[in-house]
Amino acid sequence: MSKGQVGAEQRLVTPGMVIGPATGKRAGSGTIAENNEFIATRLGWLNERNDVVSVLPINSAYMPRSGDLIIGYVAEVRNNLWFFDVNGPFQALLPMSLAPWKVEYGSTRQHLGIGDAALARIQEVDETHNMVLTMKGVGLRRLNEGAVVSIPVNLVDTLRGENNATLSRIRDVTNCRIIVGDNGRVWIHGDAEDMLASRQLIQTLQQEGHKNTFETAVLALENERGEH
Amino acid sequence: MGGYGDVKLLRDDGKRLDGRAIDEMRAVTIEAGVLPAADGSAMVTHGLNVAVAAVYGPMEAHPRKIQRQDRAVIDVRYNMAPFSTGDRIRPGFNRRSREISKVTAEALESVVLVERYPRSKIRVEIEILAAEAGTRCAGITAASVALADAGIPMRDMIVGVASGKIEDTVVLDLDKAEDNYGQADLPVGILPNTGEIAFLQMDGDLSIDEYNLAMEYNFKAAKEIHEVMADALKRRYERGDA
Repeated sequence: MSKGQVGAEQRLVTPGMVIGPATGKRAGSGTIAENNEFIATRLGWLNERNDVVSVLPINSAYMPRSGDLIIGYVAEVRNNLWFFDVNGPFQALLPMSLAPWKVEYGSTRQHLGIGDAALARIQEVDETHNMVLTMKGVGLRRLNEGAVVSIPVNLVDTLRGENNATLSRIRDVTNCRIIVGDNGRVWIHGDAEDMLASRQLIQTLQQEGHKNTFETAVLALENERGEH
Repeated sequence: MGGYGDVKLLRDDGKRLDGRAIDEMRAVTIEAGVLPAADGSAMVTHGLNVAVAAVYGPMEAHPRKIQRQDRAVIDVRYNMAPFSTGDRIRPGFNRRSREISKVTAEALESVVLVERYPRSKIRVEIEILAAEAGTRCAGITAASVALADAGIPMRDMIVGVASGKIEDTVVLDLDKAEDNYGQADLPVGILPNTGEIAFLQMDGDLSIDEYNLAMEYNFKAAKEIHEVMADALKRRYERGDA
C-alpha cells in the first residue's frame, strides 16, 4: 500500500518525481496530484502521515502564516506604523495600535528605530502577502539584549525537536534563554561563553543536522559541562 | 545554413570528429549548491561548456511595475563571461543573451508553481564560464537544478538538450564545429517525467523525418541528463548516517 516509505528509511525526492498512486490519499505540501498520481514539487524527504502524502523540503524560503512567532528587524518607520523585515519575500506592517505601548502619532521612533529587533506574532496574511504583525501578547517585546542568529527555515522544527525536546536540551546545557522564531531567526541570551556554546551547537545543527554529528556534539557538551 | 558544404564533419568510419557515435552525448556532470551565498545554485559541465546558475528569492518584485498580482515573475539573466570563448565577448547584455534570457524565463515559468508566490520575483542568474555550443541547454539544466536546490516548488525539472544535422545526418548534441558548419540545430527543453516540451527552437532546416529522429535522440538524452540532475541533488543531501 504505502509505496513512499519503506520502514524507517526516508526517501529523497526531486521535483517532478512520481511518488505513487493517488488513490485513497490526499496531497499535502510539496506535492501535487496529476493524472491520479502524486508528483513531488520540491526537493525533500517524503513523508506520509494520516493518508496525507507530503514532502518535507530540504531548503525553503520563509512563507509567513498567521499566528507565527517571528523575530523581525525594523526596516522602515512611519509616523503611525513600522515596517519589519521578517525574512520573508515582503515586509510586514506593525501599526501603532498593535504595539505594546501607548504610542502617540509621530512618536513611533521613540519606541522602535530602524535596525531594532523585536519579537512579534503575525496577526494576518492575505493572499498577496500583505502581513500585519502584532506585539500585543505574552512575551512579545523589543529585544534589547542577547543575539539573533539565522538558521534555514526548514531547520526550525529540527531545532525545536519533538515537544521542544532538542531546544530544551540546548537551553539546559548552555544555560541560555533561547527563543526560536518561525521565520528562521533565533534569539539567544546568556553569558558570553554560554551564548558562544549555544551558537556553536546551532551551527552544528545547521551544517550537520541530517547526520549524527549534532547528537554527538550535544552529548559532548553535556558531558563536559556535567563534570564541572 | 549549409553554406560550408566542403567542411568534413563525419569521419569515414561513420563517427564524428571527436570520436562520438551519431547518437552519443558529450559527458555531463552536475553539482548542486556550489554558491554558498545564493538560495540555490548549480554548476553544469556539458562537454566543454561550463554553466553556473544562481537562484535568489522569492523576493518582493522590483520595480513595482513588473509585479503580477496573481503570480511570481521569473527574472532570468543569461550571460556569457568575456573569457568563455576564444573571441572575447563584450561584457553586458546583447541581442543574443536577451533572447536566451527571455526563452529561458518562459520555459521556467511553465514548470515553477508561480501562482504560489503572488507579487514576488524569483531571480535566476545563468553565467556561462566556458562555451562550446549548446550553452542555452546547459544554462537551462543548471537553472532547474538551482531552482530545485533553492526549494522552489516545481511541477517538474527542465532538461536542456539539442540535436542537429551535419552532412545530411541527424546527430545528438552538436559540438562547436558541428554547430558552426552543420546544417541544423534543434535545442529543446524537456520535462523528463511528463515528456512535455517547455521550449523549442530550430536553426536551419529539418524534414519531418529528420525532426522526429532528432526529437527521439533528444528524449533519450534528456532521460540520461535527468538522472545526473537528480543524482546531483541527492548527493548534496544524502543522509550521512544512512
